[in-house]
Amino acid sequence: MGSEAHGIPTGWRRWVLSTNHKDIGTMYLIFAILAGIIGGAMSGLMRGELMEPGIDFLTNFTGGDVEAAKHFFNVLTTGHGLIMVFFMVMPALIGGFGNWFVPLMIGAPDMAFPRMNNISFWLLPAAIALLVISIFVEGSTYPGVGTGWTVYAPLSTSGHGGPAVDLAIFSLHLAGASSILGAINFICTIFNMRAPGMTLHKMPLFVWSVLVTVFLLLLSLPVFAGAITMLLTDRNFDTYFFDAAGGGDPLLYQHLFWFFGHPEVYVLILPGFGLVSHIISTFSRKPIFGYLGMAYAMVAIGVVGFVVWAHHMYTVGMDVDTKAYFTAATMVIAVPTGIKIFSWLATMWGGSIKFETPMLFALGMIFLFTIGGVTGVVLANAGVDTAMHDTYYVVAHFHYTMSMGALFSIFAGWYYWIGKMSGKPYPQFISKLHFWVTFVGVNVIFFPQHFLGLAGMPRRIPDYPDAYHLWNYVSTVGYAITGFGTLVFLVGVYMTLRSKERVGDNQWGEGATTLEWTLSSPPPFHQFNELPRIK
Amino acid sequence: MSLNKIFSTVAVFMVTLLSGAAAALADGIYKAKPDQLGFMEPATEVMRDIVSFHNGLLIMCIGVTLFVMVLMIYIFIKFNAKANPTPSKTTHHTGLEVVWTILPIVILLIIAVPSFRLLYLSDVIPEADLTVKVVGSQWYWSYEYPDHDDFSFDSIMLSDEEAAAAGHPRLLGTDTHMVVPVNKTVRMIITANDVIHAWAIPAFGVKIDAVPGKLNETWFRAEREGMYYGQCSELCGKDHGFMPIMVEVVSEEKYNAWIAMAREEYATNKTDNLTRVAMLPAQQ
Repeated sequence: MGSEAHGIPTGWRRWVLSTNHKDIGTMYLIFAILAGIIGGAMSGLMRGELMEPGIDFLTNFTGGDVEAAKHFFNVLTTGHGLIMVFFMVMPALIGGFGNWFVPLMIGAPDMAFPRMNNISFWLLPAAIALLVISIFVEGSTYPGVGTGWTVYAPLSTSGHGGPAVDLAIFSLHLAGASSILGAINFICTIFNMRAPGMTLHKMPLFVWSVLVTVFLLLLSLPVFAGAITMLLTDRNFDTYFFDAAGGGDPLLYQHLFWFFGHPEVYVLILPGFGLVSHIISTFSRKPIFGYLGMAYAMVAIGVVGFVVWAHHMYTVGMDVDTKAYFTAATMVIAVPTGIKIFSWLATMWGGSIKFETPMLFALGMIFLFTIGGVTGVVLANAGVDTAMHDTYYVVAHFHYTMSMGALFSIFAGWYYWIGKMSGKPYPQFISKLHFWVTFVGVNVIFFPQHFLGLAGMPRRIPDYPDAYHLWNYVSTVGYAITGFGTLVFLVGVYMTLRSKERVGDNQWGEGATTLEWTLSSPPPFHQFNELPRIK
Repeated sequence: MSLNKIFSTVAVFMVTLLSGAAAALADGIYKAKPDQLGFMEPATEVMRDIVSFHNGLLIMCIGVTLFVMVLMIYIFIKFNAKANPTPSKTTHHTGLEVVWTILPIVILLIIAVPSFRLLYLSDVIPEADLTVKVVGSQWYWSYEYPDHDDFSFDSIMLSDEEAAAAGHPRLLGTDTHMVVPVNKTVRMIITANDVIHAWAIPAFGVKIDAVPGKLNETWFRAEREGMYYGQCSELCGKDHGFMPIMVEVVSEEKYNAWIAMAREEYATNKTDNLTRVAMLPAQQ
């Protein structure tokens, strides 16, 4: 293996013109880290503003203008949401780990369409550039898009006169195109390029998770692209899709958005599910428990994920029977999710567990995702959601699933595979410090937000009645802890890349059974010139 | 934070876990309290049901989380590499897999029964004693009383100084406010003028979007007199956080007196509903 049919491109050509799944995966990971820093900084500005009652922090960025600061806060919530979803979690899990390890795990030399893979990646810098530019051009009176990541009409149409929303829509078009192309690439790769003998039922769970994820993307993103295109024409070409005055319906936009938006949240978490399965199995030195149940639980989550979207819209004035249906359908998702949690626990049961850093993050993910899961069951009930809808309870819930579920699995994957990707070991102490600081930090941020939500504090407000002070203060302290954790992570990344040590082909021993561990660390520029055979 | 405060926080936390709601307020003002952990004190049957249903759900949440946590801790102790150097090879147990599929289904069915009861109770509007129409605009609420010659008025947030002077909490006080009689079923009709807003009073268990071009309906029957506060609950632009809602629940006599006063006071504000609907947002 590893003989080169042609030379390896060097310099900028290697990266800009790359058709190599590993190089493209690396670029995705670097992109995700940079975007994560921007998105994380934005949440820092929000938490800074919310630390004390009154508006006196963001005014530092608006020349003392309180009105501009209020709008800036909305710009930050919008930017934070869009960046974390489209430019941090998706590029990290699907673009980064997916590109790197799906071909390796199925024994393929590369992705099915290497050139398409290149454009999938390079659309993203253009997309985030448009989003960043939108922050500085006119939105509504003040610069930037202040609509929230959901971009609800009519706030995003008649409510935002300037070109900022148009730029944000173009940004989402590009990010969506990037993901659709990537999805097609993964589907073709996984269906056609598995090594001989690797049937679908022998495929590693991470590959299963990516397969389900990209189907969700392929089916939901075109709907989203259509919805935001209609926003664009409503804004600029006098159409009335979402304007009641012309016979349109603002709620139509919400239905279209959430038909995409709900599968999208499973897009963010499913690859994490796949990853955690491998990590739990590796560090318990046991094969995964209930493999088929695990695979089809993800398929079930994906399928049911398409028919629950209106649980984001319980207060829009839907028919009561419709709400009853969406309540029932939403609760159904708890069943396959429960299967996954219990199967992970059963995988560990009887195992011989080593608490390496990737395992710590995977265990943290399981526990914190359970908390996000049970609050999800609470929110699923339309009757009780009336009290929680659009409050900080919802913010706490989805950050427990996303910020702790998806982000912890990204970190777990990072430490699990950084040795394979770079050939260098991560620093032990620093990585464990990163875990513990982050674990404490995110809980201090988000657990008190449950209290704020129950007490009625609405989301997306830059100032709050004084009764909400204490838990907002605590939450901001948690942000500072988490921010320190992120610095520790970056120090760890630096130390890893500077390390003179090298790791072997299989860093984790007999627990790590998938094909990437049969290759050198880092793997050769082109691998599997001779296809492996799966017995 | 002093030790005392920690203790009181822990105490409030325990009370909240047990009762799900903070203690009733003596002064008849219904808003969140400092350090509050649970729901506001309910003032309607619907909110009481939401609180008690949520308490049940909370027990489920804590039960499931503790179950997972205890299992994990047990696994860490029993099956770490030192305690158990040779891992088992078990990868299947059909019985177990059936159990952890069926058991959550049973739990969900148990949840579903009170959930649907609550949903239909809160969503099906009983015969109303009076109707109040609310219109959300950037960034204030307007109230109309169609039962009383359609008088209407705008309700705009007080500045910090004005709120303090009027004895309202900061960011929650408004210059005028909606007044309704106690123990009467109030039907709310809600719409918006420009973008989507949401009208919410946490103590009533009421939250409903105000959508331009759409009339939404909800209801409440407040059981206690007092001043109730709420905030806009759908992002509506720059001053989304600054269009509070104030509802005063008063006795029948006080209500009649207020109506008489309001008819005079707000007579000039009378709006033609037809014009209002026709004025729904035009493309800008």
